[in-house]
Amino acid sequence: MQIIENEKQYDVVIVGSGAGGGMATKILADAGLKVAVVEAGPFFDPANPDQQTQLKWPYESPRRGAGTTRAFGEFDMAYGGWEIDGEPYNQIGESKFDWFRSRMLGGRTNHWGRISLRFGPRDFKGKDRDGLGDNWPIGYEDIKPYYDKVDKLIGVFGSKENMYNEPDGYFLPAPKPRLHELYYKKGAEKSGVTVIPSRLSILTKRINNERGICFYCRQCSRSCSVYGDFSAGSCLIFPAQKSGGQVDLYVNSMVREVEVNEEGKAKGVLYINKEDRKEYRIRGKVIVLAASACSTARILLNSKSAQHPNGLGNSSDLVGKYLHDSTGTDRMAFVPELMNRKRYNEDGVGGMHLYSPWWLDNKKLDFPRGYHIEVWGGLGMPSYGTGFNPNDLNKYLGLKVGGYGNQLREDVKKFYGSVMGMSGRGESIARKENYCEIDPTTVDEFGIPVLRFNYKWSDYERKQARHMHNTFEEIIENMGGIVLGEKPGANRDYGLLNPGRIIHEVGTTRMGSDPKKSVVNEFEQLHDADNVFIVDAGPFVSQADKNPTWTILALSWRTSEFIIQELKKQNI
Amino acid sequence: MNRRDSIRSLFLGSMAGGLALEGCVTEPKAAVEQKIWEYQYGRTPEEQAYDEKLLNEQFFDNSELETIKRLANLILPPNEEGTVEDAKVPEFIEFMAKDFPSIQTKMRGGLMWLNNHTHKTFSKDFINCSEEEQHQVLDQIAYPDPNSAEQKQEVQFFSLLRNLVMTGYFTSEAGIKELGYVGNQPNVWDGVPEEVLKDHGLSYDESWMPKFVDQSKRNDLAQWDEKGNLIS
Repeated sequence: MQIIENEKQYDVVIVGSGAGGGMATKILADAGLKVAVVEAGPFFDPANPDQQTQLKWPYESPRRGAGTTRAFGEFDMAYGGWEIDGEPYNQIGESKFDWFRSRMLGGRTNHWGRISLRFGPRDFKGKDRDGLGDNWPIGYEDIKPYYDKVDKLIGVFGSKENMYNEPDGYFLPAPKPRLHELYYKKGAEKSGVTVIPSRLSILTKRINNERGICFYCRQCSRSCSVYGDFSAGSCLIFPAQKSGGQVDLYVNSMVREVEVNEEGKAKGVLYINKEDRKEYRIRGKVIVLAASACSTARILLNSKSAQHPNGLGNSSDLVGKYLHDSTGTDRMAFVPELMNRKRYNEDGVGGMHLYSPWWLDNKKLDFPRGYHIEVWGGLGMPSYGTGFNPNDLNKYLGLKVGGYGNQLREDVKKFYGSVMGMSGRGESIARKENYCEIDPTTVDEFGIPVLRFNYKWSDYERKQARHMHNTFEEIIENMGGIVLGEKPGANRDYGLLNPGRIIHEVGTTRMGSDPKKSVVNEFEQLHDADNVFIVDAGPFVSQADKNPTWTILALSWRTSEFIIQELKKQNI
Repeated sequence: MNRRDSIRSLFLGSMAGGLALEGCVTEPKAAVEQKIWEYQYGRTPEEQAYDEKLLNEQFFDNSELETIKRLANLILPPNEEGTVEDAKVPEFIEFMAKDFPSIQTKMRGGLMWLNNHTHKTFSKDFINCSEEEQHQVLDQIAYPDPNSAEQKQEVQFFSLLRNLVMTGYFTSEAGIKELGYVGNQPNVWDGVPEEVLKDHGLSYDESWMPKFVDQSKRNDLAQWDEKGNLIS
């Protein structure tokens, strides 16, 4: 196939427009560099009325919000999901890794939970604590200045708590908890479980004159039309363009590989334009990969050349290895005291108003590493599923289940807002045996070889999940609730969700100072090609019991500053 | 090129200059498209085409739809709060049968079973039975056995139908109003109302109060001291 050349020569070509790519775009364009952003999905702006789902009612859709076309319900703002037509992936043996992809400008930042936690000092040095996995080559003090800058640029609400491993930042004020959250607080504190206000990147106060302030519709998962929450498009890429940055967006452009010159340095990327299905080349002095941990690994492994016969950056044979996601399991509770609730607008922000950071010492436990607890429930907007099994909870009240007639209306109203849930999200151990690799038997619809996964949980994660359920049950009992559902046993891995389900997959191009044991250095620069950088979650040595986004952003900022310096010094 | 196509080509083209699109996409929604599209809720072009395809297909025949309508009215009889017709429950069920093909056989088979049953018992279709006869039938299928892991086909059918009717109603304008959901609009959250807290014997910790938003200052630009304390 003939390759269509782009005449422009860019300083930097960025692949992917989510948290990492968005931040790199902002910092590099603000520094005056000429930047191309190559995104596999369409252009997206949450303020565009044709794309907006925020403030829509369920009856504006013929399927009332059901998740047929979008995994988290059709108002959720992720174009893509666990399965995408024409873009398959495979498993090795019994492996069950679920790979979530969002194909759009801004990527998964358009729908994510906005939980914006800093990794703490201990999170960078896991091996020092329990001998498992590896330490990061950097520590909290290296990244702290960037967390500070991210807080101020993007905005995150929270509260100063002076907890060693939950570092405070530059917080906007927190919203008051909802009613079911106060029940949770009461129950959790009785069990000695710490409860603090959430830390979410949602603007409870004005942070600049370009972005609006949260108006409390609880719909951050739909991406905010006034830019009151953090999404990479609305908060990083558009501002970079508005302030005069030289940013060209190439959308619906699926990158296949990074091309290298005779010295093995990158010279550009090849991509397929999904519209005309033709192949294009863009040249850049520096290539920044931010396609997501697994997509970036795929691009590198598909970038084979005489100079890099094992794939670009893969002399260590570690690209794709050490893949790990957060652990996760959930439980629901029925709280009889929350029946027949008084009605008021309880939407609040898009997510919980309080949560529990990890509160225990693993020395006294039978598993390593911690988890945090998220809380959900309340008087939420009805959607597909509201009214299902309208009076199943009657069995806890000694009343009849089932039936027909207007009693059902009363049942639904009686139970509305009386069910809540908890989700444990924890740290798994990164292991070389969990990986993704190119599957030579399969290509996607663009002719690009796809990934296959090999991922198994170990007893470390299973025991952690068991502990989560024990904790949930104790808290539910303390708050006067009734635990719903059976406690998952060993036969169900104690309810541990499939790897990939928490959508915190990291580690596929991990950082380190030894090129034999890592893919990038502490500045996320490939050991094997010094003008290629990775700013998604691939370079994470270990996931903490935190959500990865704030760390992706801070590291991407740090790496972008390094790129600017190195270009100035003409080192790359 | 109609409006949707022009947007599509811009979005799908090899290069979109981000902000330059604004002028194009905020054009008034004039009658550029021939077909007036009832559902405008942020679909991608592919999703919109899929919805249109389903909306132009028919799964249930008229007599099946009549029976569904009758059943829906037995499950939720009309009252002053709202009716299943106003909530467009039959249309919703027709759509879901196409959207979730896995329920098609259960639904169609369940409706057939219903008529077979009433023919045996009352020598007529369900729809032609008296209200009392219809109640007699439902009394046999509307109560799942709480002690059994396995429910009979007709009980499963009725549970599925009841779920669709209930969710169809409570996601409608009337149903949402009846439920008492009052959100999905811009507002300022300042905590659980005092009388509700009192009813539940709860309160906000004094020590937590300084952490919360002072909503009178939400418009003031955030500023911090060097220790990260908010000072505005």
